[in-house]
Amino acid sequence: MTAKWEAVIGLEIHVQLATRSKIFSAASTAFGAEPNTQACAVDLGLPGVLPVLNSEAVRMAAMFGLAVNAKIAKRSVFARKNYFYPDLPKGYQISQYELPIVEHGQLEVVSDGGGRKIVGITRAHLEEDAGKSLHEEFSDQTGIDLNRAGTPLIEIVSEPDMRSAKEAVSYMKKIHSIVRHLEISDGNMQEGSFRCDANVSVRPAGQEALGTRTEIKNLNSFRFVERAIEFEIKRQIRVLEDGREVVQETRLYDAGEDETRPMRSKEEADDYRYFPDPDLLPVVIRSEVIEDIKRQLPELPAEKASRFRLEYGLNEQDAEILAMNKEVAEYFEQTVRKTSADTRRVANWVTGELNAALSVDNLDITSSPVTSDMLAGLLTRIEDGTISGKIAKEIFRSMWAGEGEADSIIESKGLRQITDTLEIELLVDQVLLDNPVQVGQFKSGKDKVFGFFVGQVMKLSKGKANPQQVNSLLRKKLQ
Amino acid sequence: MEELSVRQLAQGLAHRQFSSVELTRHFLARMQAHRHLNAFITEMGEQAVRQARLADQRIRSGDHGPLTGIPLAHKDIFCMQDGKTTCGSKMLDNFIAPYDATVVQKLEQAGCVVLGKTNMDEFAMGSSSENSFYGPVRNPWNSDCVPGGSSGGSAVAVAARMAPLATGTDTGGSIRQPAAFCGITGLKPTYGRVSRYGMVAYASSLDQAGPFGKSALDCAYLLQAMSGFDDRDSTCMDEPVPVYPRKLDRSLRGKVVGIPDEYFSEGLDPEVRVFMERAIAWAEKEGCIIENIRLPNTDLAIPAYYVIAMAECSSNLSRYDGVRFGYRCREPKNLHDLYHRSRSEAFGAEVKRRIMIGTYALSTGYYDAYYRKAQQIRRLISEDFNKAFQDVDYILGPTTPEPAFRIGEKVDDPVTMYLSDIYTISVNLAGIPAVSIPCGIHKGLPVGMQLIGNHFEEDKLLNFAHQYQQATDWHTRCPPGFE
Amino acid sequence: MSISLEEIQKISLLARLHVSAEEAGQYAVDLPGILAWVQQMNKVDTQGIEPMAHPMDASQRLREDTVTETDQRSRFQSVAPSTEKGLYLVPKVIE
Repeated sequence: MTAKWEAVIGLEIHVQLATRSKIFSAASTAFGAEPNTQACAVDLGLPGVLPVLNSEAVRMAAMFGLAVNAKIAKRSVFARKNYFYPDLPKGYQISQYELPIVEHGQLEVVSDGGGRKIVGITRAHLEEDAGKSLHEEFSDQTGIDLNRAGTPLIEIVSEPDMRSAKEAVSYMKKIHSIVRHLEISDGNMQEGSFRCDANVSVRPAGQEALGTRTEIKNLNSFRFVERAIEFEIKRQIRVLEDGREVVQETRLYDAGEDETRPMRSKEEADDYRYFPDPDLLPVVIRSEVIEDIKRQLPELPAEKASRFRLEYGLNEQDAEILAMNKEVAEYFEQTVRKTSADTRRVANWVTGELNAALSVDNLDITSSPVTSDMLAGLLTRIEDGTISGKIAKEIFRSMWAGEGEADSIIESKGLRQITDTLEIELLVDQVLLDNPVQVGQFKSGKDKVFGFFVGQVMKLSKGKANPQQVNSLLRKKLQ
Repeated sequence: MEELSVRQLAQGLAHRQFSSVELTRHFLARMQAHRHLNAFITEMGEQAVRQARLADQRIRSGDHGPLTGIPLAHKDIFCMQDGKTTCGSKMLDNFIAPYDATVVQKLEQAGCVVLGKTNMDEFAMGSSSENSFYGPVRNPWNSDCVPGGSSGGSAVAVAARMAPLATGTDTGGSIRQPAAFCGITGLKPTYGRVSRYGMVAYASSLDQAGPFGKSALDCAYLLQAMSGFDDRDSTCMDEPVPVYPRKLDRSLRGKVVGIPDEYFSEGLDPEVRVFMERAIAWAEKEGCIIENIRLPNTDLAIPAYYVIAMAECSSNLSRYDGVRFGYRCREPKNLHDLYHRSRSEAFGAEVKRRIMIGTYALSTGYYDAYYRKAQQIRRLISEDFNKAFQDVDYILGPTTPEPAFRIGEKVDDPVTMYLSDIYTISVNLAGIPAVSIPCGIHKGLPVGMQLIGNHFEEDKLLNFAHQYQQATDWHTRCPPGFE
Repeated sequence: MSISLEEIQKISLLARLHVSAEEAGQYAVDLPGILAWVQQMNKVDTQGIEPMAHPMDASQRLREDTVTETDQRSRFQSVAPSTEKGLYLVPKVIE
């Protein structure tokens, strides 16, 4: 982006709540059932049926609000958002409009420069999800599956506080982390449990008034959010630099083409005609209930990160990475509990070696072939000097490949560190004997050659020699 | 048999003077004999006889209540798995509900026998039962006249002695006005007294189901069986249900009856006024204290009501889109065509008119001026009643400004048609109960009076109505030719 | 007051009702009449009055989060105009 322009981004994130039953009916919310087998009369909008609100959906929305320091409305109201679409059975979506359950929250995110900034959360409201339209199944027809219709959602609306695609992704990741920690959503983006609409506009740097915005709908991965926003910013700048005007419209991101394009079905003018749903009464939450929910809130990522810094002496970055994902944090703490190894070493291994292996194999930490027990066993062996860090990486790869635990691999492959001074001395002598030229260089003052000798000894020992001992023996011999 | 009260019918069944099957066949025969009134959309002869047999078994085994084996008719707005539920619309001409409305379920459990589904204004939108896909319903007192609406078919079924009891729904007077036009008793309960589950919605914040019967006592039995908490309706209140039939014998001495000036203004037919004055005189004689009261916002009730009802219906009727049930146009070219043609071909003119106005009233730029304004006026009207009920037990007045009008007389003039609901509409806005009882006959057409009570005081209303009916015989009058 | 034919068309689009030219002409007469009559509401000042959405001053009852509905697809789809492979069918929608 050229410095001449500034992008302004706000996100609307839809989070499916992990209730067992739907928000207004007693049908199951489980994913992946045969089409329309989990759509009851209420979900289908048959004549005469009525909605009754799920208590768990209300509790989860309040939990989210408390987690982002928002105000929980003592009285919130459901409204109807009226529009026709085949996957919207009643011709209206039950949502919240004037009085949402959550308002005025905030969240700290990583800003572009790597610093911190606060993103405002305007509101989060409860609503029902729509069904799914399947366009590919038939040649000239669209198939409608209403299993998803009525699944509870919270729609989290941010202030237009973000200035780059990266900031938007950072914000979205934080929200994802929070809902996972609260266990109010599975956050599964492939299954659509966590999806995002981005409002993007561009204005000349320094200008206060906002430019015309476009809305990019249904972004269901962090990468797509980043790509779509980046594309859209560039597109809008191009339009403005060409002296044209940005059209306020709804666009879709095409991942294949890596571009956004206008959404055709949204061409007809919308006027949602919101009004309070007469089938539902105002939702009243007493302060005691809010206090109660507050007391039961689990530790949140930000709290966890600061505890990790204090309790384990981690740096800010490691603490935050580990605390971001609930399962990663659990893995880390389990490992710490099972080993005497330095906590910073544990952190390095989890964020480094383990994390890299997981992403190569595209695995979730909960299905890691190296369990926290196994990692703890390995790190203990580094700590007690049985193996070196380098050998440990090799053992880690073996464990990853399913060859067993650290101790048995050390034994079967004979990877125990050589700490016998005599044995190391023999190796050192051998190296000095084999490299007379370098010995000469060292003696004439080229200190840098020292590293070469260490490397050669380690190589000769197949990495098993204790590096400290190698060092001191070499020094002694070369003096 | 058709002149017997519900209590007498129950006694006859209990003492084996006749069986439920005999009773049912008797009423089915009367239904067939009076088909020209067009009171029924669906006659359910076979199922009814089957249900009657079951009821007879229950009576024989001693497992029965006051309504077991008693036939009744349901307004065709209540979803029922047996037969179709049309709501008077082409849209639902092919619709067989996959579930029973709570009211239907409760009455089935009580052992009632369903004779059929009654004709009505399409989606309950109307005051004359002329707006039905199945043709207009005729008033048994004069077949050139309307029976009132929207529950016209149910009122006619009871008035013409085709059913001892019938269910109806009342959104702006749809039980009380046809009860008045047909010379029977009809009660609109407190909003939240009877479950709305399975009752096809017209205007959700106003709709309420209630009973029709020849007398207050008959209505008490039916209301008893219909009422009560239902966890499938968020707006259904968890209030205890009194045993209504046992609450009717109390004296009215010392009760304060409020007479609102606004219900006796210039629009009132002078003959109707005379009957009202007689009823007031009776109440005074019974020891009631008569007080003049004011309900100052009455004239605003009709516009406020129509804005709210039309706004709610425009949204409630969006689900009729030709996708999951109901009418679908032939060979839709695309989605737009599917929606527009299915809805336009299957909705009648009045339904479309209300959807159009309701859509307009909710649209951007108009919401505050129409919908919000109407909801504010609704509060004023509700407060008028709250204030009145601090001083009075009852509010008494005419149910309608005049008796039944002629078929076709008002169809082309929506506003005049809407104005015929002037005395009944405020009650729905406030959510309070009211009963209409016959109190005279003028030029061969019945006149009804309306008694309004405070929230959940149906028992008090039925008490007053019953006492009045002990002293008068208007409720026993049968339309000529239907004896 | 008056309502233009364009406005009638806009409302009919929002309401998904097909309105013929003849009907539109009728609406252009009917609707302003009804709306003008409705505007008698303006004779009372309602500033500061809380709109009343429900006749009862009660709050929403909440249900327990339990699944009690079972699969009734074939029953529900027996009243549907067009289904295949368990899906409701509509003319192709282009997004």
